[in-house]
Amino acid sequence: KSALLRCAPRWSSFLPLTGLMCVLLLVFVSVASASRDVVSENNETWRGPAGETRGDSHNQTNSTAHKKAFPVLSFNYEHVRKPFEISLWILLALLMKLGFHIIPGVQNIVPESCLLIGVGLLVGGIIKAIGEEAPVLDTKLFFLYLLPPIILDAGYFLPIRPFTENMGTILVFAVVGTLWNTFFIGGMIYGVCRIEGGQLASVDPLSCLLFGTIVSAVDPVAVLAVFEEIHINELLHILVFGESLLNDAVTVVLYHLFEEFTHAGTVTVVDAILGVVCFFVVSLGGILVGAIYGILGAFTSRFTSHTRVIEPLFVFLYSYMAYLSAEVFHLSGIMSLIACGVVMRPYVEANVSHKSYTTIKYFLKMWSSVSETLIFIFLGVSTVAGPHAWNWTFVIVTVVLCLVSRVLGVIGLTYIINKFRIVKLTKKDQFIVAYGGLRGAIAFSLGFLLTNSEMKNMFLTAIITVIFFTVIVQGMTIRPLVDLLAVKKKKESKRSINEEIHTQFLDHLLTGIEDICGHYGHHHWKDKLNRFNKAYVKKWLIAGERSTEPQLISFYNKMEMKQAMMLVESGSTAQLPTIVSSVSMQNIKPRGPARQRAIPSISKSREQEIRKILRANLQKTRQRLRSYSRHDLMIDPFEDNVSEVRFRRQRVEMERRMSHYLTVPANRQETPPVRKVCFESEHKVYTYDDSKSPRGWTAEPDPSPPDAVSLLNESSQRANQSSEHRAKHNDELRAKVPDEKEEQDQLKLSRCLSDPGPNKEEDLS
Amino acid sequence: MGALQSLPGKPEYVDLAEKTGFSFEQIGILHNRFKQLSHNEETLLRDHFNDIPDLACNPIRLQIIEAFFDRRNFRQNGEGTVEEIGFKEFLVVMSHFKPPSLHMTQEQRESIRRDKLRFLFNMHDADNDGTITLEEYRHVVEELLSFSEALEKDTAKSIADAAMLEVASISMGHMEPDEFYEGITFEHFLKLLNGFEIESKMNIRFLNMDTTTLCK
Repeated sequence: KSALLRCAPRWSSFLPLTGLMCVLLLVFVSVASASRDVVSENNETWRGPAGETRGDSHNQTNSTAHKKAFPVLSFNYEHVRKPFEISLWILLALLMKLGFHIIPGVQNIVPESCLLIGVGLLVGGIIKAIGEEAPVLDTKLFFLYLLPPIILDAGYFLPIRPFTENMGTILVFAVVGTLWNTFFIGGMIYGVCRIEGGQLASVDPLSCLLFGTIVSAVDPVAVLAVFEEIHINELLHILVFGESLLNDAVTVVLYHLFEEFTHAGTVTVVDAILGVVCFFVVSLGGILVGAIYGILGAFTSRFTSHTRVIEPLFVFLYSYMAYLSAEVFHLSGIMSLIACGVVMRPYVEANVSHKSYTTIKYFLKMWSSVSETLIFIFLGVSTVAGPHAWNWTFVIVTVVLCLVSRVLGVIGLTYIINKFRIVKLTKKDQFIVAYGGLRGAIAFSLGFLLTNSEMKNMFLTAIITVIFFTVIVQGMTIRPLVDLLAVKKKKESKRSINEEIHTQFLDHLLTGIEDICGHYGHHHWKDKLNRFNKAYVKKWLIAGERSTEPQLISFYNKMEMKQAMMLVESGSTAQLPTIVSSVSMQNIKPRGPARQRAIPSISKSREQEIRKILRANLQKTRQRLRSYSRHDLMIDPFEDNVSEVRFRRQRVEMERRMSHYLTVPANRQETPPVRKVCFESEHKVYTYDDSKSPRGWTAEPDPSPPDAVSLLNESSQRANQSSEHRAKHNDELRAKVPDEKEEQDQLKLSRCLSDPGPNKEEDLS
Repeated sequence: MGALQSLPGKPEYVDLAEKTGFSFEQIGILHNRFKQLSHNEETLLRDHFNDIPDLACNPIRLQIIEAFFDRRNFRQNGEGTVEEIGFKEFLVVMSHFKPPSLHMTQEQRESIRRDKLRFLFNMHDADNDGTITLEEYRHVVEELLSFSEALEKDTAKSIADAAMLEVASISMGHMEPDEFYEGITFEHFLKLLNGFEIESKMNIRFLNMDTTTLCK
């Protein structure tokens, strides 16, 4: 507290935050210590029924002793103890995370993972100081509950294109790199132990190799946590991240292999061969299991059009089942999860509604965020808690060897890989790949699973030191290093339609050139796979008309949807995005004769969806306006008309913005032709008839003729007053507009979404 | 294997290697392929390309074939099209797809980028007026989508319109309502695909191993 007071004059706003954090810490600690009692009790004996009978007898003795008054307010904590503790832990962990983001400045220097480990250390330290026993990261908890959400999140949103393009490189790093690391570290450690003697002399080679396995695997959780914040370019990100995911198979096989061997005692050549076979079984089996569940999930999502609410659950449950099923057979759960997510995603996204898609995205992000936070905090707490056997030589040698072997491995492998890559890896790339090989909680958990207790503590200490070193030192310094080396960062721009067109064009072009050259290369097989996918798989797994939708169209539709959502969300009162250009449709349309042009470009169901969104928003806007109109500064005494006016203005604004395409910012100018287009063509709304009308629409269930007539009047009215909306004064005209015009407005809006049509000044002038 | 065919003594190979940057083995392999496609004649015709079965399912087949007969791609500042090409022209067109080597300066990379983007531009700009007009762009998108059945023709048009609008916005910034955007010039094209990293993407792995016996 005195320290806080000293700091007070410097950061007056800092004080309450720090105070809050201290309070939180204290609560955290007391809860932790309390829960420790419970957990330790539960661990020792299952006292559940015993506890209850004790409680019962207690009550009975009470009632027999003397008649108590009926308790109006009673305290029964035992009843909810376990869920309460768990929820409180999670809540406090998340509040910590929140706190870090509020405190200014810290965010840029220290990555979040380090801070969380620090908090964990602090909490663990306090608990230990109190004298309680701190909770340790339970291996089962970690592997079954904390790890899957993170991996699923990573796998579901894995960028497929760079992943498959660099698959060879990633596999080489993952498999060969991990093997190299394992044997190098294991072997050297054994050598050092032999030389050193003393306490270390009893270490046998297999234990060393086991230790090497555990400590050499790059950890996806740590990599994600650190790389997420440095926004490095896509290639490097996918290389390191892909490696961390795929080396799980190697780790699993080697771990079980060496553990079996340490029990068995002797190693034969047959065992070694079996080990290799086991590797293929584990990795390919895991992928197969994941793919099967993925296809099942995709198939299920085909039929969920009537029960949209439970769609996200299918995604989560099928994926989790894939993970658990793989774990049953000791296959690689991580690879299974990744395969499930990757296989399922394109089909599920084509089938589910937009809301479900958003739900899936946010739930995955949420769960993985919680898991990550908990993992790092627990790591810190467990460090303080666990029994340690510090051996200077062993630990220092381990850390140094990890670094050395990683660097050597990366350099050596890159030399070989560059012979086969088109885009070679530069020295900078190699450095980042080597430096980004972080170890994390998986290594810790695997170490915890070790059964050989004499070496276990020493190994655990070394593992923890390595984890701390990589996460804290490497994690903190990688950002300034990235800036220093001027490594290419991630492109900020979003996908534009031009890039999509050219990506597809390039794919076909390169496939064609390969065919002409006579090579059956990369592009050839990718093209074959795409055609197979389109011809057979999509028909089975995607519902309805979307199964035949080409990729370009679905991209286009997706972007239209996104644009509509963006407009809807930013719609009424938010600031408009900075308008860059004033180019609109008429600038590019040729001034030829008004050829027959059909406007609609998106399918009916999509249009329905977009229209529904717009309608909902416009209604909301109306309601909001009604209630917020007092806050409107541009006040007109007649409240009703003000809202009306604002509403008009906003709708016109939206129309204008929607009269352009997706990635193009809206036209700021009050270009009469554009708006007139929207209004005027309304009366031609009935049939799609090329011959008769110069601008036809698709057939739509549309308003009956009387409405059309009034519409005509209305549109001509509005055309005349096109520039007036800025005035906001012609109340009576606005007020006259009946409500059902909203309906047509939305229709117009949705028309305008795609194409406001050719310039029509000459028609109207 | 194929190494025997790449006799370093062949003088024309030396000249070609210098011009296009291929190695002798690669030139030898491509020459074999050329002879295979042209049925051992001296020149290739368009029909020879049409005979390649794998090419039949490519939606932009015609543009690709046209690109081989387009004199703008022969690096001799020519224009127009030819009816038949020799091995030299074949190789020059292929050289557009060579990957950049590891040790290159920034200018060299930049010039390779321009080269590749010029190739793409020439493919889009069929009438060689220096700009990709809206019609030409629409044609491009239609060709891309030509192999999907349930397609409304207008979708292709609107996609092309959207793309055109985007280019116009990026390149021109502000335009008066009555100004007209003629088409995408090469400079605008460069600006448009600035972040596309074409030098890493538009590459074929030219093998050093003769695979002509493996495929038709």
